[in-house]
Amino acid sequence: MSEPLRGVIVSHAAVAQALLAAVAAITGVDDALVPVSNDGCDTGALAERLTQAIAGKPTVLFVDLPGGSCLTSSVRLARGKSDMAVVTGVNLAMLLDFVFHRDLPPADAARRAAEAGSRAIRTPAA
Amino acid sequence: MSIALYRIDDRLIHGQVVVGWGKPLNVGFIVLVDDAVRASTWEQELYRMGVPAGIEVVFASTAEALACLPDWERDARVGLLVAGDIDTLATLAGDGHRVTRINLGGLHHRPGRSPRLRYVYLSDAEAAQLKALAARGVEITAQDVPTARPVPLEDFT
Repeated sequence: MSEPLRGVIVSHAAVAQALLAAVAAITGVDDALVPVSNDGCDTGALAERLTQAIAGKPTVLFVDLPGGSCLTSSVRLARGKSDMAVVTGVNLAMLLDFVFHRDLPPADAARRAAEAGSRAIRTPAA
Repeated sequence: MSIALYRIDDRLIHGQVVVGWGKPLNVGFIVLVDDAVRASTWEQELYRMGVPAGIEVVFASTAEALACLPDWERDARVGLLVAGDIDTLATLAGDGHRVTRINLGGLHHRPGRSPRLRYVYLSDAEAAQLKALAARGVEITAQDVPTARPVPLEDFT
């Protein structure tokens, strides 16, 4: 793939912005992710924000919840497009993995990120 | 039991509906009244994804909702009905005065609308439509989540 994937984090309130800041603080990578909040948006306005964030580039959309306006708008935009994929339940671990694996096709990058995010969810003995 | 909440929200089923209202009301079913969603199984799957397995989701056109409203009102479970626009709830409220209270949960910016509250934007025609409903005895308040203060219609129109 000639152009590295873009990650768009789609969230309620300021979760997306906070995750972006955390990824940059940990990795120093600050050009791989774009935050989008659904604050004050109906579905049309959110779709517009997402379209601007995607900017016609191959993208993985990282959505906070597996339902709701962030998901419905993202899936509608990605429907039938091979240069877009959607992952729900975004967490910091999956984003940290994603920013170093942006040379994959979107669907593969999404699967990889979902696996990385899932592996990070544990209940360690305290 | 009956429909505990008639809500206007242009995001339809989302977090505030399922978690914010659904949990404290102990909702057993959610009715989504929208002609376009009713016609698309793909859209229905999208909205169903955000709802826990224990809550039934019913998709209805406005005409179907008019016919089924008496059954939903008699349902033993707690129900929540959501539509994306004022017209739909005005139609339901106009039939036998079954809808006596309307919750404005989210009407966002569009051309021709002006901000009334952080989550409520209305055109002058929409504000007049709500006032006309209120004049017929429908109690209308804006309240995005249950912990917020309900704002009476006269405070933002």
